[in-house]
Amino acid sequence: MPFQVSRAAFALALMTAPALATDAFVSNEKGNTISVIDVESLLLKKTIAVGQRPRGMAVSPDQKTLYVALGDDDKIATIDTGSLTVTGDFDAGRDPERIELSPDGKTLYATNEDSNFLTFFNLETRERLGGARLGVEPEGLAVSPDGKVVVATTETTSMAHFVDADRRKILANVLVDARPRMAAFTPDGKEVWVTAEIGGTVCIIDAETRKIVDRVKFEVPGLRAENVQPVGVNISRDGKLAFVSLGPANRVAVVDVKTRQPIKYLLVGQRVWHAAFTPDGKYLLAANGLSNDVSVIDVAALKVVKSIQVGESPWELAIPGQAKP
Amino acid sequence: MTGRITRKIRALAGLLMLAAPACAEPQPAPDGGVQSLVIGYLRRAENRTAISRLALPAENDGQAGAEAGLDDNNVAGEFLGQSFSLAAHRLKPGEDPAQALADLQAKGARFVVADLAAADLLKAADSAAGAGALLFNIGAADEALREDSCRANVIHVAPSRAMLADALTQYLLWKQWRKMLLVVGSHDADRLWAEALKRSAARFGGKIVEERMFADAGGARRADSGVALVQKQIPAFTQNAPAYDVMIAADESAVFADYLPYRSWDARPVAGSAGLVPTAWDPSYEQAGATQLQQRFERKFFRHMTALDMNGWEAARMIGEAAAHDAAGDVGAAKTYFLSKDFALAAFKGQKLTLRDWNLQLRQPVLLSDGRNVVSVSPQEGFMHQFSELDTLGLDRPETKCRFK
Repeated sequence: MPFQVSRAAFALALMTAPALATDAFVSNEKGNTISVIDVESLLLKKTIAVGQRPRGMAVSPDQKTLYVALGDDDKIATIDTGSLTVTGDFDAGRDPERIELSPDGKTLYATNEDSNFLTFFNLETRERLGGARLGVEPEGLAVSPDGKVVVATTETTSMAHFVDADRRKILANVLVDARPRMAAFTPDGKEVWVTAEIGGTVCIIDAETRKIVDRVKFEVPGLRAENVQPVGVNISRDGKLAFVSLGPANRVAVVDVKTRQPIKYLLVGQRVWHAAFTPDGKYLLAANGLSNDVSVIDVAALKVVKSIQVGESPWELAIPGQAKP
Repeated sequence: MTGRITRKIRALAGLLMLAAPACAEPQPAPDGGVQSLVIGYLRRAENRTAISRLALPAENDGQAGAEAGLDDNNVAGEFLGQSFSLAAHRLKPGEDPAQALADLQAKGARFVVADLAAADLLKAADSAAGAGALLFNIGAADEALREDSCRANVIHVAPSRAMLADALTQYLLWKQWRKMLLVVGSHDADRLWAEALKRSAARFGGKIVEERMFADAGGARRADSGVALVQKQIPAFTQNAPAYDVMIAADESAVFADYLPYRSWDARPVAGSAGLVPTAWDPSYEQAGATQLQQRFERKFFRHMTALDMNGWEAARMIGEAAAHDAAGDVGAAKTYFLSKDFALAAFKGQKLTLRDWNLQLRQPVLLSDGRNVVSVSPQEGFMHQFSELDTLGLDRPETKCRFK
């Protein structure tokens, strides 16, 4: 008997171990839910009711906790990635949109879209540490690989603000193209790629000089320039390819990071927002806000291989077990 | 709200914060201080009117939008070492708009947001003061201002009547409501609006089956006996029409259009000046991030944001964008910037707004509102254009009569 009990305990331990965290989490902005996709089978596994207007998400370094920004509840909810249940929430200030964690998992950064703020939270105490005042409508967030700099973009002010992660002070404000939505560091930390939805470009900023060094421009055959609206950006861990979601163009552009040229446009669902790589880097999953599905992109073949129906207005994806670019 | 006070404090902090501006374009003032820019706001004397009391404009209609745009400019200004202020003037009945513009210019305003009737706008633009100014027309939809009477120092933020008509007609034809009964008011503005609607029907393949005039007999819009009277009057007025799909009302003067829905002889939808209305903005609109602007505006002014407010906001933001791109030093530089490929105004309408170089009209999508919700946004899918689908709205380059002197 004791042997059996311990075996059961062992099995239970295995089931909740982070090694098995092969789920993709999709925030459904209007469905007020999180869709959970099993990454092995690429099937919808569960739908979790989470709160009002879930958008930004982040995963703790131990992969056990998923943080979800609830814009209309002014809260950040926590979800246990093992049991797939909501375990709590804490106040996040007005209208949190996107969230990221410091590499040590101790600090959470949130852009408060409605109050021009980048807010810092101590995750141990879940207390607000303070923040930095930004431009109008903060949204995009990226943390440098060394954790020293947080980049936040502001949609109406059209800036990428570089913020010192320790001192919570603005280091630089880079004017980018109109309506910047998302920022991503290249894995070597040398460049920051910022999408400009209305400008129709990706501005590439040198992370050291904090000046724009180049712009990626897109020309999708058969589509008008004004419908090409870059929003999400994900850079592969080897730093070779960037995947840029083009919103109402219903395409994900594949960009060669070195040449800064688009090499392919992948047809996905309608109004594609944000994406995430699976832990093995084999697939990129992208959320389509209007067609309510997730497109699965085979990264090696650069092909869309599957579509998975999720909740209403999917916006962001988070997949434990990977470093988020 | 406390935000306004802290903003002022932040404006001071902005001086110290930005030792080195990150981007090369905007240059801080030579003394390292804040560049300040005065934006003028010149508004008409007369009050706009409406049939429904829900549609009566607030005292600060339009100007509130410009102030909201100024707030957004000032947040950016903190990071760029720029500050914006508004010098506003409301004309008194009979006051000379040219003198009013000169007074605003004496206060430093070179960029002036104008909510003026067409004749006053031209007087201001053609005056000595107008020569050194760039006016942003937010309140006059007249085609003539963009055509025969176009001026090189007037940018049209407000959509023209032809743009509004085309936006509506594209949708009606998408609905396959081809046959239209046109009801026109008896004022000049009503006739101009009817002309635009007729041109649009002809352009896209609609058919005006009959045109009727509703004469303004000078009755009170909201008399106590109004409901009973109107209930008898409108069915009789709309009786014996040829078969039609949709009734189009051209009533800019707000005399009768709002009385047509539910009272017409035939059970047909109403569009134009009532029912489904083409507009630059609607307080119910929440696409493309618009909710953020709606909420910002409502928190500050405790009311909804109107189309005139939105035009004011866009004008102020255009000036802010010019300043951020180091092009607000003089009006010529600003105009060059607005006409360049670098200019793209993000105005929560799903795509960038740009300026038509042939008549200085802001290209923009147009919302179709039923008064409660946005039914659609034009241009409609399938209305193609070789350059920009937005140019399917209004008079296009080959049609324009505008010749800048």
